Parts: sequence; C-alpha cells; structure tokens
Amino acid sequence: MKRAVYLDHAATTPVHPRALEAMLPFFSQRYGNPSSVYSLAQEARQAVEESRVAVADILGCPARDIIFTSGGTESDNAALKGVAFAARESGNHIVTSAIEHHAVLETCRFLEKFGFEVTYLPVDECGLVRVEDVEKAITQSTILVSIMLANNEVGTIEPIAEIARVVKDKSKLVGSRVFLHTDAVQGAGALDLDVNELGVDLLTLSSHKFYGPKGVGILYVRRGTPFLPQQSGGAHERNRRAGTENVAGIVGAAAALKLAAERRQSNGQQCQSLRDRLIAGIQLKIKRAHLSGHPTIRLPNNASLCFEYVEGESILLNLDFAGVAASSGSACTSASLEPSHVLMAMGIPEELAHGSVRFTMGPDNTEEDVDYVLSIMPGIIEKLRAISPLTEAGES
Amino acid sequence: MYSDLVMEHFSNPRNVGAMPDADGVGSAGNPVCGDVMKLFIRVRDGRIEDARFQTFGCGAAIATSSMVTEMVKGKTLDEALDISNKAVAEALGGLPPTKMHCSNLAAEALHRAIEDYRSRAPA
Ligand SMILES: Cc1ncc(COP(=O)(O)O)c(C=O)c1O
Ligand code: FES
Repeated sequence: MKRAVYLDHAATTPVHPRALEAMLPFFSQRYGNPSSVYSLAQEARQAVEESRVAVADILGCPARDIIFTSGGTESDNAALKGVAFAARESGNHIVTSAIEHHAVLETCRFLEKFGFEVTYLPVDECGLVRVEDVEKAITQSTILVSIMLANNEVGTIEPIAEIARVVKDKSKLVGSRVFLHTDAVQGAGALDLDVNELGVDLLTLSSHKFYGPKGVGILYVRRGTPFLPQQSGGAHERNRRAGTENVAGIVGAAAALKLAAERRQSNGQQCQSLRDRLIAGIQLKIKRAHLSGHPTIRLPNNASLCFEYVEGESILLNLDFAGVAASSGSACTSASLEPSHVLMAMGIPEELAHGSVRFTMGPDNTEEDVDYVLSIMPGIIEKLRAISPLTEAGES
Repeated sequence: MYSDLVMEHFSNPRNVGAMPDADGVGSAGNPVCGDVMKLFIRVRDGRIEDARFQTFGCGAAIATSSMVTEMVKGKTLDEALDISNKAVAEALGGLPPTKMHCSNLAAEALHRAIEDYRSRAPA
C-alpha cells in the first residue's frame, strides 16, 4: 500500500493550522496598510507589533530589535551586508564557516567583490567548527563573525555560545569590536533561541522552517550594532527594512514560532526517537550506509546518511515512487551539478557524497512512517547497487 | 521534471549488468557531476547482437543507459556509432536541459565500447 510520508522538514514545513487561522483575517478583512492612520490600518499595525513582541519574547530581546524580512535569505543578506558596510571604517574582515547556507556564503562572495576579506573556517569530519579556529581567525580588522546555529544538511549543532565568548575575549584583546551573527534557521523549534544565552548580536530565522508561511523572515539586531539597511524606501521597521509589511505573513510567523517554542521539548523528543529508530534500522538493514554529521550533537530531527555505490537522485526518485519525500546532497540533484559543499568540507569523498540522503522528521511523523521507510529502503538500495558499476569493485 | 518514458526506463531499466564475455567494453565518466557508466557489447557478423550496462548516476543517466542499449541492438557498428546523445535523449521524449549532459555518458560509453571491440578484433 502506498503511503505519503513527508521527511523533508529541513526543506520546508506545512503551515500550522493555528498559524493559518491567525493569518486569514489579514488578507481581505483587516487589510489596512500598517502605516496609515485610520482604525482599519491601526488594527494591522497592532497585529504586526504584537507579533514583534511575541517573537522578541522567544528570543529574549526587546521588541524593537526585531526586523521582519522576506525570508531567511534576506535576513542573512541584511545581517552580513548591513554590518559589513556600516562597520567598514573599523575593518574589512569577516569570519564564517565553509558549511554555511548559500545565503551566507554567496553574500560573503559578494562582499569580497567589494573589497572585504573573508575567512572560511574548515570544519571537522562531524561538521563542527573549532572554537579555537574562530579565535585564531580574528584580527584587528575583523568586524563580523557569522556561524550557523545548526547545519541544514547534516544537522550538526555549532557551539555558538562558546564562540560568542571567544569572540568577545579576542575582540577586547585586539581592541576592535567584532559582531556575531548566527543563521539559526534550522534551529527554530529544536534549540533555545535566547539571544543572550547564545551571546549573539544578530540572528536569522525563516518562518517556513517552523510551520509558518514561506517568504517571511526574522532578523534580530542587537541595539548598538552598526547596520546599514540594504533596501531603500520608506521608514518601515525603524528605518532598517523599507517596504510595506507582509502583515498576514508576519502574524503567521509569530504564531508559528510561539507554537514551536511551546512544543520544543515534546516535539524534540518525539523527533529524536523517530530519527534514532530510522538511523538504527537503516544501519542494521543496509550494509555500507554511513551516518554523516555528528553522532550526538545534531538536530533531533536530522538523519543524514551516505550509501556507497549509489547516487542520491536515483534514491530520491525511487522513494518518491513509494510516496516518501526526502532530499540529497548529490551533485546530480543540485542545479550547479556540484556535490554538497557541506559534505565536501567534512572530508566526505565525492563518490560517497553522491549517495547522500537526508531525512528530516517533524512532529506529524509516526513510527509507522519510519517503519515504512525501513521496509522499502533496502530494496531501493539493492536495486540501484545491482545497476552500479562500483558495487562489484567495492565488494570484492 | 522527467518524461514518462524516462521514468519508465529508470524504473525498469533494460539490459542491466555486466557481460563477462563481452566483445567490447566502454567506460565513460561524467566530468560534470562525476558519474560513471560502463557499456558492454557482443558483436556477431558486424552487428551488435547484445548490449548491457552498469551505471552509477542520476535518473537521466540510468534511463539513457537503458535506452542506448535498446537502440544499438541489431545495428551495425557504423550505424551504432551514428547514435548521438541527442538521439538518445529524443528517443526518451526529451530530457530537462540540466540533464542533457547525462546522455553524453551513454553515447560516449557506446563509442568507447565499439573502439574497444575494433582494437581487439583484427579488421
Ligand atoms: C540554514 C539556512 N539558512 C537560510 C535559509 C534560507 O531561508 P529562506 O528559504 O527563507 O530564504 C535556509 C533554507 O533554505 C537554511 O536552511
Ligand atoms: S549523471 Fe549526474 S546529473 Fe545525471
């Protein structure tokens, strides 16, 4: 019997019914422009500001430090370009990691064209950034460090609080102010997002990763952080992000984040037990399947594996035939036809990276879902290995 | 993203597996994404009597491999050499633009298998 099993929650999530419900009035009933003066508009203004307070509560910051954007990509861009161009007088050096999302990496490449220098820190074989590398990389001209809270492909959780401490200490030592941004897009709903616990100056979130609508992002900017807005126009978002607010989207994002924060513990435990069931089952049933990322310091919902001798897209297509949605870091699945930069940075051989599959669970998944995947996966791998020229060479 | 025919060949690939007593073997690596295809032919009286393949690659690579082994059967070596990657893609009802390079794999492995046969057999 064919089931529909969605195991790609790191790519996106469905909008939570309660978030959707909260959004609906703002499309055609309470549609006022929050910048206008009449009551219809003020209702929208109030909804945006209440949403800001709700988000700020979860991040443990003043509401005024929250900027709503068009998504994780915009927030990453605004954070990096915003600080870089505003702090240019004090330095031109940025430190990041080799396994950041393209939204950060490509922004760094863009900034390099404008004369900024970027250090891309390596990671260990589990995908961890070494705190001492961050410390060593900071010089007198460093203005910004940007390290993700958790990796989207392999789920490794980076030691942001520790990194924050060395950034502060080294900052003092070299006598310049270094700001810290974290792309926390994959951490929402799974990890503590308190900006003071984390010790960050900027933090990026994307609503569609935590059961909110697509096209809505959050950027936290600590008061006193140099920030040059990347979008010119009206005085929206305290002059930091011009453009009429996406009222319904903002309301939905805030409602979803609240729900995600409330259910963090229970969802995390549930996902983790499904994740561990899937990983253990695959390793028991399929030879030459390797877990990628850190064995324990990983997101509770991420099971990333590499299967020897087979290619990821062909695995995904076979999974899709059986109703299972997952993703892969294989070169064949990327528009650029390059293997995942994350798996490469972790030192995984290109051939093995080809056979990568990422399953990411959500609270809507069940044990039956996992058992279903475990019932079809061995056959899929076996079938593809029977076609592969690498199998015999490797087995003998 | 793929045509029905591509999906059909991908799900039920024809002529899969090594041919231990092949008269010609050709390998091709995809320089774009790093995939590998191996093609085996058996030749009788100047015609390709049988063809088999092994492929490590995406859906398009597997489907084109399957299709090319079907297309060459019964063809003379020269006729087989005329099969271009475009022809294989067309026979499959087309490929997405980003996947056209995968069909090179099949055409190239075929050409190499024929070369291999010719280098073995005195003309
Ligand atoms: C770690 C990370 N950063 C940034 C993004 C980009 O977010 P968005 O899709 O909202 O632009 C994503 C998701 O694609 C992500 O996983
Ligand atoms: S073989 Fe890699 S994209 Fe087709």
